[in-house]
Amino acid sequence: MTDPTGAKTPGQGGACSGTPWKDPGQHPFIELQSLSKRFGDFAAVDDVSLKIYRGELFTILGGSGCGKSTLLRMLAGFEQPSAGRILIDGVDITDTPPYERPVNMMFQSYAVFPHMTVEQNIAYGLKKEKLPKSQIAERVAEMLQLVQLPQLAKRKPGQLSGGQSQRVALARALIKRPKVLLLDEPLAALDKKLREETQFELMNLQDQLGITFVVVTHDQEEAMTLATRIAVMDAGKFVQIGTPSEVYEFPASRFIANFFGQINVFDATVVASDDHFLTARLDDSNTEIRTRDHQRLAPGTRCSIGVRPEKLLISTEAPAQDGYTVTRGVVEDLAYYGNRSLYRVRSQNGRMIQVSAQNYQRSSELLLEWDDEVFLSWHSECSVVLSQ
Amino acid sequence: MRRSSTFLYSVLCFGYAFLYLPILVLMLYSFNNARLATVWGGFSTRWYSALLENAQILDAALLSLQIAVVSATVATLLGTLAALGLNRMGRYRGRTLFTGMIAAPLVMPEVITGLSLLLFVSLQELTGWPSSRGANTITIAHITFSMAYVAVIVQSRLASMDHSLEEAAMDLGGRPFAVTLDITLPLVAPAMAAGWLLAFTLSLDDLVISSFTSGAGASTLPMVIFSKVKLGVTPEINALATIIIGIVTVGVLIAGWTMLRQQRVNPGH
Repeated sequence: MTDPTGAKTPGQGGACSGTPWKDPGQHPFIELQSLSKRFGDFAAVDDVSLKIYRGELFTILGGSGCGKSTLLRMLAGFEQPSAGRILIDGVDITDTPPYERPVNMMFQSYAVFPHMTVEQNIAYGLKKEKLPKSQIAERVAEMLQLVQLPQLAKRKPGQLSGGQSQRVALARALIKRPKVLLLDEPLAALDKKLREETQFELMNLQDQLGITFVVVTHDQEEAMTLATRIAVMDAGKFVQIGTPSEVYEFPASRFIANFFGQINVFDATVVASDDHFLTARLDDSNTEIRTRDHQRLAPGTRCSIGVRPEKLLISTEAPAQDGYTVTRGVVEDLAYYGNRSLYRVRSQNGRMIQVSAQNYQRSSELLLEWDDEVFLSWHSECSVVLSQ
Repeated sequence: MRRSSTFLYSVLCFGYAFLYLPILVLMLYSFNNARLATVWGGFSTRWYSALLENAQILDAALLSLQIAVVSATVATLLGTLAALGLNRMGRYRGRTLFTGMIAAPLVMPEVITGLSLLLFVSLQELTGWPSSRGANTITIAHITFSMAYVAVIVQSRLASMDHSLEEAAMDLGGRPFAVTLDITLPLVAPAMAAGWLLAFTLSLDDLVISSFTSGAGASTLPMVIFSKVKLGVTPEINALATIIIGIVTVGVLIAGWTMLRQQRVNPGH
C-alpha cells in the first residue's frame, strides 16, 4: 500500500477546485458505503454514506457522542465497522489494518512520542517504511522547514509548547505523504489567538500539498472557516451536508440552525405553497411572508420561519421597500460593541428577537435607546423555513 | 500559632526518633568493642574484620544476591508480559478474572504462599526437575511471588499511558510487535525498573518462603541471620546490618537523584 520511493507527489491535482460534489462525472476519493458501528445495542455510527472528493477539506461537525470520532477511527482503521465498506481512491480498505492504510491521523492529544526528539518523532513513519537514512534525513529536514520548526529538531516533546507539539504531530502525520490526512479536533487544545493563526496555516498547508483533509470537530466556527464542506452529525447520522454558507444560510432544521450561531424563530401558519414558494402568515404581526421553499407544506400547517440576527433591519420608521416582511417590537436590551450593536427586541407576542446591526454611521450617541418602539424587517429571501 | 507549631515539631521529632533511633543504636553497637551487645566497651572495627572472615555469612550473602538478581530479572520479564497481556490485548473473556488473580499473591499470607510453593517444589521428586531442592527452588519460588508485584506496577503505568501513542505509531506504519518495542516498552521502562528493584528487595529479605522451599545446604542471608539471632545477637550481625543499611542508603540516594534529574530534563513527565 505504501510506496517506498514516495513517488506519489502530493499536489498533483492541487487543492480542491470548484465544486466537484455537484459534478456527477467526478469520482469520489473517499467513499463510505452504508457504514455502521454498533457497540452492543448502541449504534455510534448508523448507516452512513458519504462521498468526499480529492483535495477537499471536509469537516465532520457534531456534539460529543454524536459518532464523529468513531467515524474517524474507522477511517484510520482503529475501529472495525459493524457493516458497510470504506473506499479510498477506488480501493476497498475496510479490512486493511491501520499500518497499511494510505491514511495518516493527527490525534486530539497530539500523541507525540515523549521519549523521542522532535526529529525522531517526525522520522518514525519513514523509518517504518525502511527508507534509506539519507533520504529520511532529507525529508525530515524538509518537513521541519514546512512546519517552521527547524530550530527545535533536537528537543524532547516535554520542552515544547502546545502549539509546537501540534506542529510536530502535523509534520509526523504528513511525512508519509498520505492520500488522506485525518485530524481529530486539531485546534481544540490551543488558546484562542493561536487557534486563529493555526487555522489559516492548516488551510494554506492543505492548499499547498493538495492532500485530502478530513477534520472532526465540535466547534462550528472552526468548521465554518476551515471546510470546503461540512457534514453535521447527530446521533450517528448526517443531518446535513453542505458548504459552510449552505449550512449557515439554509439550515435543514432548527437543530442545525441553532448549532451555527443565533437564529430568530417566528411561528407562522402556511397560507399557500407551490414547488418553489411558500406563503405564510406570521402569528406575531399578522403579516404575510413569501419565501423560497420546496417542501410544499399544505395550507394550515404550522411552520417556523428562521431569520439570522444580522439579516434583520431595525428602524424607528416602517421601511418602504417591497419584498420586506415587517413586524414591530420594543427594545428591551442593547449592547454596544463598537463595530456593531446587538439589540434584544420584545415582539408583539412577547418573544425575544435578537438583532445584530452594523454601526454604519458615526455618532457619539446611541441611535436607539431602551424602550424605543421599533420596526423589524427583513427581505423575504433572507428567511428560511425550518422543519420542527 | 507558635504553640501549635512547637507541638507539631515535637510530634515530628518523636515520629522520626521512633523510626530511626533503633537503627542508629544498631549502627553504633556495630563499632562496640565488647562481646556483649548491651554493654559499651569502646570504639572498634573488629566485628567488621570478623565478618569478612566469616565464610558462612559471606557465602549466604552471595547466594542471596544471586537469587535476587536472577529472580528479579525473570520476574520483570514475566510480569511485564502479563501486564501487556492484561492491558493491551483488547477485551477478552476472563480478563477481569486474570487481573484479579494476578494481584492475589500480594495479599496472600506469606506462610500460605510458602507452604503451597513447598508442595509445588516437592513435585521435583516426581518429575526429577530441578535436580535438587536448594537455590533453584528458592529462585523459582521468588519469581512466582515477585512477578505479581511487577505485573501490578507495570499494569498501572500502562493504564495511565495515553493509548493514542501506540495508535499513532501504528498509524505511521508500525506493526503491532514493532509498536510494542518502539513505543510501549520504552515508556514503561521506568515502571519495569521500579518493579525489578522491588522484586530484588523482596527476594533479598524474604525469609519465610525461602525457608519453605530451600533444601539442605542452601541458606540465604536472612536465613543465616535468623538462625544466628536465635543464639543471641552478636555484634557481627550489627556490622552486617550496618553495611546493608549503607548500601541501601546509597542506592536510594542514587535512584532519587536520577529521578530528580529526569524530571528537570523532562518536566512534563
